[in-house]
Amino acid sequence: MQINFNHQQSAHCENGVTVNLLNYSGLRLTEPLVFGMGSGLFFIYIPFLKVNNAPAFSYRTMPGLIFKRTCSRLGIKVIRKKFRSESEAQRILDDCLIKNQPVGCQVGVYYLTYFPKEYRFHFNAHNLVVYGKTDDRYLISDPVMEDTTSLTEFDLNRVRFAKGPLAPKGQLYYPQIENIVSDEKIVYAIKRGIKQNIRDMLYIPGPIAGVSGIKYVAKKILKWHDRLGAKTTGLYLAQLVRMQEEIGTGGGGFRYIYAAFLQQSHAYLKNDSIIKIAEQFTKAGDMWRDSAIQSAGIFKGRLTDRADFVNMHDRLMQIAEVEKNAFTDLSKVKL
Amino acid sequence: MNKKDIPQDHSALVNYIKELCYAVGEDGQYTTANSTGWDVKTNALNLAWQDIEQRIVTAYSQVKNREVSPILYYMELRLMDIGILSAYTGFWKWTIKRHLKPSVFVKLDNKVLLKYALIFEIDVEDLKTEKFNADKF
Repeated sequence: MQINFNHQQSAHCENGVTVNLLNYSGLRLTEPLVFGMGSGLFFIYIPFLKVNNAPAFSYRTMPGLIFKRTCSRLGIKVIRKKFRSESEAQRILDDCLIKNQPVGCQVGVYYLTYFPKEYRFHFNAHNLVVYGKTDDRYLISDPVMEDTTSLTEFDLNRVRFAKGPLAPKGQLYYPQIENIVSDEKIVYAIKRGIKQNIRDMLYIPGPIAGVSGIKYVAKKILKWHDRLGAKTTGLYLAQLVRMQEEIGTGGGGFRYIYAAFLQQSHAYLKNDSIIKIAEQFTKAGDMWRDSAIQSAGIFKGRLTDRADFVNMHDRLMQIAEVEKNAFTDLSKVKL
Repeated sequence: MNKKDIPQDHSALVNYIKELCYAVGEDGQYTTANSTGWDVKTNALNLAWQDIEQRIVTAYSQVKNREVSPILYYMELRLMDIGILSAYTGFWKWTIKRHLKPSVFVKLDNKVLLKYALIFEIDVEDLKTEKFNADKF
């Protein structure tokens, strides 16, 4: 069986799954709109979660939240199931496919056979859509890929039941549109998305998240340099860069997507100041990319002076300032 | 970033994916374009792999010197840490830490070894310490 499913490539997996699933259900949205409605932009430093022996950073909100928030703000019901047993998980998946319902699945990347080996780490928050099944292969629409692909039963079960941090537990989800989503609903979702994003970035308690999280990392870079040495700090900075730009994580990329979101939401909000603020996010994205180049100089061993680390510190402080101003301006816009 | 500035560097994604990027077009509006990769990113990824390879080499020599059991070597080879290995095998973390001791490891039941071998996708024989002395790796 095969569902007539429209695969569209996206920059980020969860955005893409959301866009493609909603599109199948008859609601056409773009990746930036979905990202913004779901308040996707974020920053968090998680020192106690070690990924490949370096602390974790994230430039976006928790996995699963973009889909959940976008749907709930649009008044769309979400069906989401987790499983204990693999056979049960497969049975429910097959049931959905028989009913012509493509489903989003959370999967681990390590055993994802169609991914290049260099990208296969034990990272468990990747998302894809299963939209059909031939004799023994599931048809897969992975939004970061240009084209659709497929996985054997064994391989799909294995990635759905990958273990470790953020284990997917066979999780599957799909939207159920009961009422037609009106333009007013979309406007409402955009406003809610923006408001929550302002709160998340500016006012979230604790030092490790939001704008203050960026500043926290800036200061940490100097501490790492003094305590752990240049090499380890370089490794941490490489992690910062990878989380920023790598497939499935995004980053400076996310700043651009958010700017695109503000541009596109102008058509709904009809508020000109939003366009100006979008430029600030573009600037933040550019600064993140420039800081990545500085990081690369450090972790390649080309830049070794303490001054180079101070430079990195200053860059992050400036980025924090730009993002803070952007969100502050956004909070002043009358929505 | 302007659309014309999207990097098109060589990366491991060649032959697999061209990733989608958002950038500003000439009219000031956001648009998307594909990219083959960016050197800065590739360098970061390479560094992560160098670190992993270093860890594998270290683990190998530790096993060879009988400081730790071969489980560590295969754990590093499969990019796992004790937490992930614990989740896959169902053993407690402290149990695995015990199994990392060569003295405990040699007394392990074949059933336990089989479980590790299954997760590491190797034969039980490969897990045995003697293999590491043959210098086959």
